[in-house]
Amino acid sequence: MGDQSELQQREDKLQGMGTSLLRKEDAKFIRGQGSYIDDIKLPGMLFGAIVRSPYAHARIKKIDKTKALACPGVVAVLTADDLKPVNLHWMPTVGADVQAVLADKKVHFQLQEVAMVLATDRYAAYDGVALVEVDYEELPAIVDPKQSMAKDAPIIREDIADKKEVGHGPRTHPNHIFTWEAGDKAAADAAFANAAVTVRQEILNPRVHPCPLETCGCVASFNKATGYLTLHVTTQIPHLLRTVLAMLSGVAESKIRVIGGDIGGGFGNKVPVYPGYVVATVASIVTGLPIKWIESRIDNISTTGFARDYHGVGELAADKDGRIKGLRFTALADHGAFNSHVSASKLPAGLFSICTGSYAIPNAYCRVDAVYTNKAPGGVAYRCSLRVTEAVYLIERMIDVLAQKLGLDKAEIRRRNFVKAEQFPYTTSLGWTLDSGAYHPALDKVLKAVDYDGLRKEQAAKRADPKSGTLMGIGLATFTEIVGAGPTKVCDILGIGLFDSCEIRVHPTGGVIARLGTMSQGQGHATTYAQIIATELGLPASDIVVEEGDTDKSPYGAGTWGSRSTPVSGAATAQAARKIKDKAKKIAAHLLEVAEGDLEWEIDRFKVKGNPSQAKTMKEICMVSHTGNLPAGMEQGLNAVSYYDPPNLTFPFGAYLCVVDIDKYTGETKVRRFYALDDCGTRINPMIIEGQIHGGLTEAFAVAFGQQIPFDENGNHLGNSLMDYFLPTALETPHWETDHTVTPCPHHPLGAKGVAESPHVGGIPCFSNAVIDAFAHLGVTHMEMPHSAYRVWQQCNALGINKR
Amino acid sequence: MANTHKVSFKLNGKAVDVAVEPRELLIHTLREKLAHTGPHIGCETSHCGACTVDVDGMSVKACTVLTVQCDGSEMLTVEGLEQGGVLHALQQAFHEEHGLQCGYCTPGMLTRAYRLLKENPNPSEQEIRYGISGNLCRCTGYQNIVKAVQSAARKLAAAPAAA
Amino acid sequence: MIPPAFEYHVPRSVADAIKLMGELGPDAKLLAGGHSLLPMMKLRFAQPGHLIDLGKIAELRGIAQAGNQVQIGAMTTEHDLLGSALLAEKVPLLVEGAGWIADPQVRYKGTIGGDISHGDPGNDHPALMLALDASFVLKGPKGERVVKADGFFLGLYSTLLEPDEILTQIRVPIPAAGTGWSYQKLKRKTGDFATAATAVLLQMSGANVAKVHIALTNAAATPLRAQAAEAHLVGKPINEASLNEAARLAMSICDPTPDQRGDADYKRAMCGEMTRRALQAAHSRAGKQ
Repeated sequence: MGDQSELQQREDKLQGMGTSLLRKEDAKFIRGQGSYIDDIKLPGMLFGAIVRSPYAHARIKKIDKTKALACPGVVAVLTADDLKPVNLHWMPTVGADVQAVLADKKVHFQLQEVAMVLATDRYAAYDGVALVEVDYEELPAIVDPKQSMAKDAPIIREDIADKKEVGHGPRTHPNHIFTWEAGDKAAADAAFANAAVTVRQEILNPRVHPCPLETCGCVASFNKATGYLTLHVTTQIPHLLRTVLAMLSGVAESKIRVIGGDIGGGFGNKVPVYPGYVVATVASIVTGLPIKWIESRIDNISTTGFARDYHGVGELAADKDGRIKGLRFTALADHGAFNSHVSASKLPAGLFSICTGSYAIPNAYCRVDAVYTNKAPGGVAYRCSLRVTEAVYLIERMIDVLAQKLGLDKAEIRRRNFVKAEQFPYTTSLGWTLDSGAYHPALDKVLKAVDYDGLRKEQAAKRADPKSGTLMGIGLATFTEIVGAGPTKVCDILGIGLFDSCEIRVHPTGGVIARLGTMSQGQGHATTYAQIIATELGLPASDIVVEEGDTDKSPYGAGTWGSRSTPVSGAATAQAARKIKDKAKKIAAHLLEVAEGDLEWEIDRFKVKGNPSQAKTMKEICMVSHTGNLPAGMEQGLNAVSYYDPPNLTFPFGAYLCVVDIDKYTGETKVRRFYALDDCGTRINPMIIEGQIHGGLTEAFAVAFGQQIPFDENGNHLGNSLMDYFLPTALETPHWETDHTVTPCPHHPLGAKGVAESPHVGGIPCFSNAVIDAFAHLGVTHMEMPHSAYRVWQQCNALGINKR
Repeated sequence: MANTHKVSFKLNGKAVDVAVEPRELLIHTLREKLAHTGPHIGCETSHCGACTVDVDGMSVKACTVLTVQCDGSEMLTVEGLEQGGVLHALQQAFHEEHGLQCGYCTPGMLTRAYRLLKENPNPSEQEIRYGISGNLCRCTGYQNIVKAVQSAARKLAAAPAAA
Repeated sequence: MIPPAFEYHVPRSVADAIKLMGELGPDAKLLAGGHSLLPMMKLRFAQPGHLIDLGKIAELRGIAQAGNQVQIGAMTTEHDLLGSALLAEKVPLLVEGAGWIADPQVRYKGTIGGDISHGDPGNDHPALMLALDASFVLKGPKGERVVKADGFFLGLYSTLLEPDEILTQIRVPIPAAGTGWSYQKLKRKTGDFATAATAVLLQMSGANVAKVHIALTNAAATPLRAQAAEAHLVGKPINEASLNEAARLAMSICDPTPDQRGDADYKRAMCGEMTRRALQAAHSRAGKQ
């Protein structure tokens, strides 16, 4: 028994799972005491600035360093020739390709790294950059991926021209990277042949960029005396980066320390290993001095890991009632000049095969053809969980296309196709087993909350009114996404499995320190992991310290990207805590002189069943575990480490609805309402979840309504600074309404699924669907992103609806 | 070679003297010569506002001001908001309303909000959004930042001595 | 990110500034608010050897009424314009226009004089000045002259301002009581230049237009007065037909440069749309005579 209010008090004191605990991280940030890369100052530190190519495709004829070296403050100028002796002018990528560190005889994309100037301070370094003279011989550039495999296309990658494959199967052209497919093409083709209705739509997912507010950079510091390399770096993957550095640099991994400190946003931009890190590291090894490199915003947008650039074709086959019988999705993927984006080695197109979405589709086939172009390398980034943004965009767009073809309501067609509650666990026709889901109630809850029928009536009335200056659109997205990479049998990077870890040490006086293999860039790990441990161990979150990012201290993990932290190291945290709890139970039994089976756990203590006054709190056991009063043969301490290899990925889902009003005369879209219902299973900190949803929706809004990386036909950037790249301010950003359902993940120790990418994955098609829905009654089935005022106006103009 | 100029100003209440080239940007002087790494650099085209400081009663992007222009100025950065161990109402409100995630935009945002509430102690939501439209955030979607500014406005109105 | 080295000068008077300009020649640039010049220098698109900072010249600031005009010092910031009770009462068009420029921080530093003298057709004040029929006081070694805004803007980055002159003051005739005003600006986001923008001043006489000024931002290499559109409206009511024709006439003089904001067709059409909306808004604010 126990008094309810006394139990509540003990529960509240823990501030564990489910509470909106205010963040422990805030204290330093609100005081301006964060420690980001550019805040780091080490004695003797030199500053490195990069010389970059003005051309997208050119041979380097000559590099003259003379004037730069004569510039006061300049210490050295490094080029590919200086990296050759250590064989680091090229580096292997995680995509089984190689990437130039500093351009060797040839540049492959505009602003590619050609040299690094080292100077005693930042200003001298930039002066030096302006004085390096490079002679180029310009070559024709390929900018349109549809031209990459043309018969007479210029060869972009002369360095691998003879290679029959680049890690993922046979290449059919020097500019071809791989072709990957999944599903059953014959079955899909048969479904299409027999279908009552088929729809086909070309759908572009344009090249965009995550653009975190802090750009990428590092401080590399090699100690010549000890042979020890320390790299402070903007990284989402400290341990993987350490392993890669060991492979590249020849420094033993035991003598490399990677430190991800405070990171000003990642969003996938800080996963790749950038040339700047490698050159700074080499420079430090050669000079024995710390080297700082931090890029500019234009460098960041132009050269670091972009996202998407998928030129897709979606096809659905259905019966006359809109039940989908077959799916064929293909995409031409523009990877830029090197295949360098992160992806599990067996999954070169990431998790694209989640493209059957929330629907029970009996026959499916998908294929991705990846090609090189003369643009920056990348592709997997920006809250995408490995191409899930691309996959979900396709299915959520295509189901609207199908609905329009059949004249079916866009909510109704989804209801008809959802995987039903009784079908879970459901294995899709592309091979993923959705462990849990409850799609119908989620959609119903949203439709009820916004009065969907009322909105459709309003829309009908507006469409009938010739005087209406605006077009009203209603967009839906009922997405299932796939996160939490991942089971090591499926997911590895360079052979290293994508498990993750948590190590917990409990102190005699009841405090805890936990270290993990993940790496927060603002997601609030120090708070949420403390909450997990607080609930598991019955110790207050306020006394639980969580650390990440220092490879000398933390157990090995694959870092934070693709919403994997809660699914993988959150699970490891629970498992490690449970090992401790199991040991504590044995100690409690010993202290209370009962069998373990006679004990039950209540919030923060073990009680003897039927004799509740006989109890031992976890706090008491913390002290006892460090004494001699232990069961025979038991070691002291309450410590545990868990390495968690997840049995499956997780499948968060959601139902989003967006209402837009489009000004016919200017093309401007006003987002009137956005209602986002997310199901991420067990919710650890509702406040933090809501913050992630706001952020992900805002990034989705930016993608849908304005972001792009435009090039001219010579591969020159046309809008690569914040003058043009659309980052919405508070004035442009809509108001977000959030809601949730809870469908716990059955295979996760806490039932949690991960959430931070969902709003981006679901938000983008929801916005797009809303804009296109506004034109649906005029026969429009698709419009490409971004839905800028200019591009929407062009649609209005083409339809002749903006004449006065 | 350009001369160095001696520049003196007050930074968070304390007198400072620096010797700088004319081209040295205020943001670099603050961060590197004066060890105030609160204000951050997020771009080079004067768009992002991460470098926002308060100079002579104005919200200013420190990346677009030369230190030599600041002789005799009175300057406030995020480091100067906490007084005598007591957080400013804005700092407290950002914490309570979850108005920050990665923390990178936060110093500039707080410093701008500080001046905004002096310009307009009781701003509407729309006025807040307009008032912070020179500060970009990628993490929060601004909604909780707006709530934080509203909360701070209420706190300051209730106890003006805390301003 | 880092500007090249230069020398820095702080004159305390306009006379000293002019003297310095004479001594230093074309390698010197004037520093007003710095929010056009410094970003260009940071990207090394501009590399002057000398900067002459106008920021400590007291006589270049201030907003005051002198007879039938408001006189504004060239170094008056956008923030100062927004906070001026005098302008709010007498020249509200200028307050509305300033509120559309950039963002709060930039408005604390950006100056009306800098915005005008740069000769950038994307800036907002040039069209506002044309609509207001303002004049500019230009001071050089040979003395002072007053030129009208109409005719000041010659081409892209080209104005009547001689290399040895400084724009010291803007003189704005106070619009008659009952004049309606509006500045309608279409832009991609906060801080962007106009895709198109139109400034309108409008006086009605009964149901008909008595007097109207229409000026266009970023529709060509200079700001434009849409004189044919103005002539068409005089003596007519503001209705669908007259608005359509005025918009068409404004569009007919546009020669916009295609860029990431849109192609020429879109920009031209938006010029028409902003003109229409500015006329409608000004009309709703115009008093009955």
